[in-house]
Amino acid sequence: MTKSHALRNQEKVRSRIEQNLKRRYRKEKIFRGFGIASIVFGLLCVAVLLTDIIYKGHGAFFQHYLQLEVQYDPETLGIEQVDESALALANFDGVIKDAMKARFPEARDRRARRELYSIPSTDAPFALRDRLQQAPQLLGERETIWVMVDDDVDAFIKSLDEIEGGFRGRVSERKAGWLMSLYESGELQNRFNTQFFTSGDSREPEQAGIKAALVGSALTLLVTLALSFPIGVAAAVYLEEFAPKNRWTDLIEVNINNLAAVPSIVFGLLGLAIFINFFELPRSAPLIGGLVLTLMTLPTIIISSRAAIKAVPPSIREAAMGMGASRIQVVFHHVLPLAMPGMLTGAIIGLAQALGETAPLLMIGMVAFIVDVPTGITDPATVLPVQIFLWADSPERAFIEKTSAAIMVLLAFLITMNLGAVWLRKKLERRW
Amino acid sequence: MNKRVIAGTLAALTLSASSAALAARDHISIVGSSTVYPFATVVAERFSKATRFKAPVVESTGSGGGLKLFCSGTGESTPDITNASRRIKQSEVDLCASNGVKDIVEVQIGFDGIVLANATSAERMSLTRRDIFLALAKQVPNPDGSQTLVENPYKTWKDVNPTLPAKKIEVLGPPPTSGTRDAFAELAMEGGCKTFDFIAAMKSADKKTYKAVCHSVREDGAYIDAGENDNLIVNKLNANPDALGVFGFSFLEQNIDKVQGSIIEGQEPTFETIADKSYPVSRPLFFYVKKAHVGVIPGIAEFLAEFTSEKAWGDEGYLTDKGMIPMPRAARSEIATNARTLAPLTKLAANH
Repeated sequence: MTKSHALRNQEKVRSRIEQNLKRRYRKEKIFRGFGIASIVFGLLCVAVLLTDIIYKGHGAFFQHYLQLEVQYDPETLGIEQVDESALALANFDGVIKDAMKARFPEARDRRARRELYSIPSTDAPFALRDRLQQAPQLLGERETIWVMVDDDVDAFIKSLDEIEGGFRGRVSERKAGWLMSLYESGELQNRFNTQFFTSGDSREPEQAGIKAALVGSALTLLVTLALSFPIGVAAAVYLEEFAPKNRWTDLIEVNINNLAAVPSIVFGLLGLAIFINFFELPRSAPLIGGLVLTLMTLPTIIISSRAAIKAVPPSIREAAMGMGASRIQVVFHHVLPLAMPGMLTGAIIGLAQALGETAPLLMIGMVAFIVDVPTGITDPATVLPVQIFLWADSPERAFIEKTSAAIMVLLAFLITMNLGAVWLRKKLERRW
Repeated sequence: MNKRVIAGTLAALTLSASSAALAARDHISIVGSSTVYPFATVVAERFSKATRFKAPVVESTGSGGGLKLFCSGTGESTPDITNASRRIKQSEVDLCASNGVKDIVEVQIGFDGIVLANATSAERMSLTRRDIFLALAKQVPNPDGSQTLVENPYKTWKDVNPTLPAKKIEVLGPPPTSGTRDAFAELAMEGGCKTFDFIAAMKSADKKTYKAVCHSVREDGAYIDAGENDNLIVNKLNANPDALGVFGFSFLEQNIDKVQGSIIEGQEPTFETIADKSYPVSRPLFFYVKKAHVGVIPGIAEFLAEFTSEKAWGDEGYLTDKGMIPMPRAARSEIATNARTLAPLTKLAANH
């Protein structure tokens, strides 16, 4: 009797456990499902974004060139010998115009000629000048060269595959006819656009390049890194290892945490007031940009460095103390090396944030049109996100693809930076 | 240890500060309007290619922000030139003077048209400035004919003017901080506003109320702030054929396959109609030069010469390729002479 009762009881318990178990498994399944769904959604968003950017921007890495038969005629050029001063004054524009006239003799009236001359880029005369400077013996000779075409022409040819008859925009019927004949005879060719990587900004989309912004970003980040990493780590070490626990250090801690959440434009205003108006540093320079971004990234670096120092087991400190090390020796020989990978992670997060900032730079004059590639930290410069913003805001159609291409360059810069940090972290990492 | 780090950083900072301040600025610094920015940058680029001077640095800060920086004093840390899509105000001249910026040279460079456009897939609109005012103002004259103002009751264009299509009023435009918005309010809305006699009479009696009535844009969702980026407005118009957008003429010209400019008072916005002023919504563009900097910062006089040369701002100059509308020849030659002799601004004439 008691036996069967116990058996029944056992069965009851088991069935309840089984029911319960089923429910618990189901719960886990649902949770996993949600996890996978959110990851898939995230990946999908990234994929859509990247495809869109690459689809829009890949065209910017290519540029159409026009084949021209030019004659370096001393008479047209108005020079007798090739030297610096003569080249500066020489009429290379005339040489290009002659070549275009020779190719399309049917363009006779003023309007037609004007349209004809607008096919090559305004950079073409400068390309000829450089060529003649390199090879002075060409004076008086004929040569076949390739020059860049204007952005309107480039956009027209590039759109031929997509739109029936091409995107006409400002290209007239007559000009389109000329362009088609050039295109079909192979005198217009698509080539890799090296100028995009070797020159600064330009108002002519075909001549605009990313180099000035790239170098500007690199210089700005260098200043940021050089200042924020040592200061941030020093502050973290002091607060974590040396500072007494009292109301003052509490106050400092609260303030650092608050600063991490301050909108970045505020740091720009601070930079304008202190560095430009008080210290009279030059506007638009990577030096100031770096200083402002240092202020912005410091809280991030301090907070993450403190977390990294906290994560070093106290046993290591105690063992070092037990061996007779001084506190400085404990920190510099044992704690810092072990905390370094974590500190680097914090620094990278801070720098990646700094790389994408435009708002604080507006106040200190780095949202600017920069043609010359900066060579030092006091030269005027701009940065990659600002360049993207400026191009996105430009009326010329061809800047749309430049914008996307610049985003790709920014992403590549970010990935390189992160890979460098991962590599460094792997190298420094020590296990205990 | 820690003290040494802090002391070292401070020393490095002050050292770099003093050395940077000692080095003379060798490039022109330009700030100001985002509308003039595309034109000033072209000139800056050509100027640096054609001469031995360094390329000027052009910042896009907006007209008001630019003038504020410009008027903050003289010396290397202040800009040499500021661009403006409106005339300098008396209050700004006073601010300049109080900071020691006495002689300012004004150079008008040309015109810019403001267009009201919709997608090419929709029907082209034909409006008057009165229609625009009635459709977009916060307060409009009472439709019953009494001379009072009521909150804007109009929902569709047909309500405004029976000849217009029965489409919902939906206009995408720049935010209040933008110079384009100021000019739109002044030229298009005020133009329509003063066609009502009793409001026009207000101008002499109570200028403040008059301005508030004529320049206030409705906030009930018919006018949508679409941000400063005109390309974005063009894209949004394409997605929504019922909407109209407000932006500069150069964007219309570059996107003529996607959007069409509405006809205003019988005039289509084209290069020619804006140049001969028959298209009513166009505004002058300016830049201002600090005379004290000419000869100190290298290249300012040469930059002025480049900007005011026929090959730049002439009827067929390269600025017109970028969408700027040139001034008549006589005005150009007068302003060019002014710029060459650096004749400072004496007193502000009424806006023209």
